[in-house]
Amino acid sequence: MKPDVSSSGPPLVELQGISKRYGDLLANDGIDLAIEPGEIHALLGENGAGKSTLVKILYGVIEPSAGEIRWEGRPVSIGSPVEARNLGLGMVFQHFSLFDELTVAENIAVALSGEWSLSTVRSKLGDISRTYGLALDADRAVWTLSAGERQRIEIVRCLLQNPRLLILDEPTSVLTPQEAEHLFATLDRLSADGCSILYISHKLEEVRRLCRRATILRGGRVVATIDPRAKSAREIAALMVGNEVGEVRTDAPHRVQGEVLRVSRLSIPPAGLHGQALRDIDLVARAGEVVGIAGVAGNGQSELFAALSGERPAERADVVVIAGKPVGTVGIDARRRLGAAFVPEERLGHAAAPTHRLSENTLISHASAEVSRSGFILVNAARRLARSIIQGFDVRTPEGDPQARKLSGGNLQKFVIGREIIRRPKLIIVDQPTWGVDAGAARLIRQALVDLARAGSAVVVVSQDLDELFEVADRMAVIHQGQLSPLKPVSEWTREAIGLEMLGVAQGQGGVHAL
Amino acid sequence: MRFELTPRASVSPVMRALAPVAAFVTAFLIAGFVIWLMGRSPVAAFDVYVLQPLSDPWSLQELAVKATPLALIAIGLSYCFRANLWNIGAEGQYVIGAVLGSWLALRTHGTEAGAWVLPLMLILGVVGGALYGLIPAFLKTRFGVNEILTSLMLVYVAQLILDYLVRGPWRDPKGFNFPQSVTFDPSATLHPVLEGGRVHYGALFALVAVLLTAVILGRTLFGYRLKLTGDAPRAARFAGFSAKATTMAVFAISGGLAGLAGISEVSGQIGQLQPSISPGYGFTAITVAFLGRLNPIGILIAALVVALTFIGGESAQILLKLPLDLTQAFQGILLLCVLAADALVSYRIRFVTRGGGK
Repeated sequence: MKPDVSSSGPPLVELQGISKRYGDLLANDGIDLAIEPGEIHALLGENGAGKSTLVKILYGVIEPSAGEIRWEGRPVSIGSPVEARNLGLGMVFQHFSLFDELTVAENIAVALSGEWSLSTVRSKLGDISRTYGLALDADRAVWTLSAGERQRIEIVRCLLQNPRLLILDEPTSVLTPQEAEHLFATLDRLSADGCSILYISHKLEEVRRLCRRATILRGGRVVATIDPRAKSAREIAALMVGNEVGEVRTDAPHRVQGEVLRVSRLSIPPAGLHGQALRDIDLVARAGEVVGIAGVAGNGQSELFAALSGERPAERADVVVIAGKPVGTVGIDARRRLGAAFVPEERLGHAAAPTHRLSENTLISHASAEVSRSGFILVNAARRLARSIIQGFDVRTPEGDPQARKLSGGNLQKFVIGREIIRRPKLIIVDQPTWGVDAGAARLIRQALVDLARAGSAVVVVSQDLDELFEVADRMAVIHQGQLSPLKPVSEWTREAIGLEMLGVAQGQGGVHAL
Repeated sequence: MRFELTPRASVSPVMRALAPVAAFVTAFLIAGFVIWLMGRSPVAAFDVYVLQPLSDPWSLQELAVKATPLALIAIGLSYCFRANLWNIGAEGQYVIGAVLGSWLALRTHGTEAGAWVLPLMLILGVVGGALYGLIPAFLKTRFGVNEILTSLMLVYVAQLILDYLVRGPWRDPKGFNFPQSVTFDPSATLHPVLEGGRVHYGALFALVAVLLTAVILGRTLFGYRLKLTGDAPRAARFAGFSAKATTMAVFAISGGLAGLAGISEVSGQIGQLQPSISPGYGFTAITVAFLGRLNPIGILIAALVVALTFIGGESAQILLKLPLDLTQAFQGILLLCVLAADALVSYRIRFVTRGGGK
């Protein structure tokens, strides 16, 4: 049971009027936040709402422009993560910082200060694992572990230092539903032992499952502190976004027509030491439908994308057929010429060059189209194209033709998706279309993809976000360790069935890691 | 206490334009200090290094002569550097271009060969440099060998090949055993632009290369391909630009231009092969390329400026008894100052005291 959070003593940590200014931008604007001992407190907000800035201030990574932090009622200044840890703060970042080649115990010992020997770590690791149900094999090399297990290393690493406050940044983004449920049980137990938890997320359901109090940020300010269980998901979403977010309309009449993409028995060896191989992938996408591919990150999504786009051609031509032409061995440009379009997961550096202007970035996928003639760039045509993408897809830009890196994640993603959709492709393959994108942009992107399918294109969406797939997809499959489950209509899938496929249980492969 | 570089929120165009000027002033101050330490007058040195060459018609012509190979090579290198490929071996490509072109000059020596000799020599110079440049490119694309090491090491191979040839098979039998070839026939000699002048047609090649490159880099898909490969290699692959083809192309181009510089120098200025046909143009051109910010017009200006240090260095050696090494040291100081100025335009230095970001 959780201890009573309305206890009489001072809060464990209290932020008062925290502000952080970057030039003209006020990333945090007078934020007040209090966390009681043993409380699981949610920090909710869109991308860019100021969550990361606030957490970095709390963890001593950046210093606030104004405001005060009180620890058990006493003002403190946290100058560095080391000071934060000495005070009793632990943080589990969204992106793990682990050495793939080292074992679990080595990874933990490396991160802890001097007095921890490998054998102390091993024995303590056993204690913590048993107490909190964080099963970990001390001598396994990290690269053999699943994302859920890697996250456990990060959590255990924090717990070994007996934190009073544990900060978790989007911890479930890499977990299957089952792994996430397991994490929640651990967090409940920690909270019952008196450890406070600051839980950062934009997923409403899990916040409602875990927390009694949630602070909602929008545009750098606190807009509300609520009991998430007393409000509907819709109400909370409205608080986060600032207005009602419509739903994606998928009800337009549509007819599914001929095959545009056929993948048969596609197998690719792993690219590097820790790359994922693809094994016997079969996939068909027809004109007029959205095909969704679910899966936990690192199960072969990027490899599949590279094989479909032609960035990494296969050995035989007939394993990938686009618009009736076997293209398995040809490069991305030839596939584009057949009417295919691609949107990779990474916006900056892969889909777009960060320091290039948007008009230059149109050249990346239009090199053989209307923006160049016999090797010469048509500068004005490229500018016009960029302008029509900006207008057609509601891309908010700081100036007429800015560098790609000057755009927010959501706006750049709208540009990148728009750049492909404006070509009216017969087939579009999108990897993580709304990763790290605000709700408004996500809705626009999903709607654009659905509309494209309804207009007669084949759309393949690879995503870790199940809600997204259920919203847009007509048929769905799950990728797990480089293998693709059968493609079934969305109505025949349940979340549980998908979760099992993500773990590889449904295929009876046995490789289930300890839960 | 330690330093930290933090990006500036916005980079003012005025600062960006003034950065090279500031770099020059700083470099001159540092060099002046070194000269002062050596017991000479920095003011006199500045006069000899900069003012005298610029006020004398003979020196001005010499400036163009020295700037020609620098500009040609640096223009070629800018293709590589834009694509983030590090061709450090232009000196070797220059030598091999000169060797292959000279082969024809020596073959036709003393025959009645016509006007076709010189153009063919120039073509052979380009081909030789390009092929030699393709060796590190091939090793990189095929086996993943670092191009910095291979291109640099091939410089010494090229120099030793030249050394062997002029001391052995290609030595002038009537040359009193000096390690040098026969003097080229008039049909194998690149002529001066103006009768009696020292500036030969190589200078025109350099100008043409500058203009062509300005168009190629700024207006063509190939130019964008290099920029994209350098700035965002994954995006370049996503655009369908093969990294291997890009690597081969830029090494061939830069090797070819270095080879052209080599044969132009030998047939235009020196008139024969000898063990030393370059005062390090291939290496200095790296400085020139960066001094000119990989921009063709900038490179042209930078080539003239660096040529000035060569000429100034020669006269300083004669008039002030300053060692020629000082010229190279100054070129190095200048490059460091330019790079530092560029960094400081985009970043500012922050002092961080121990124990946190206070």
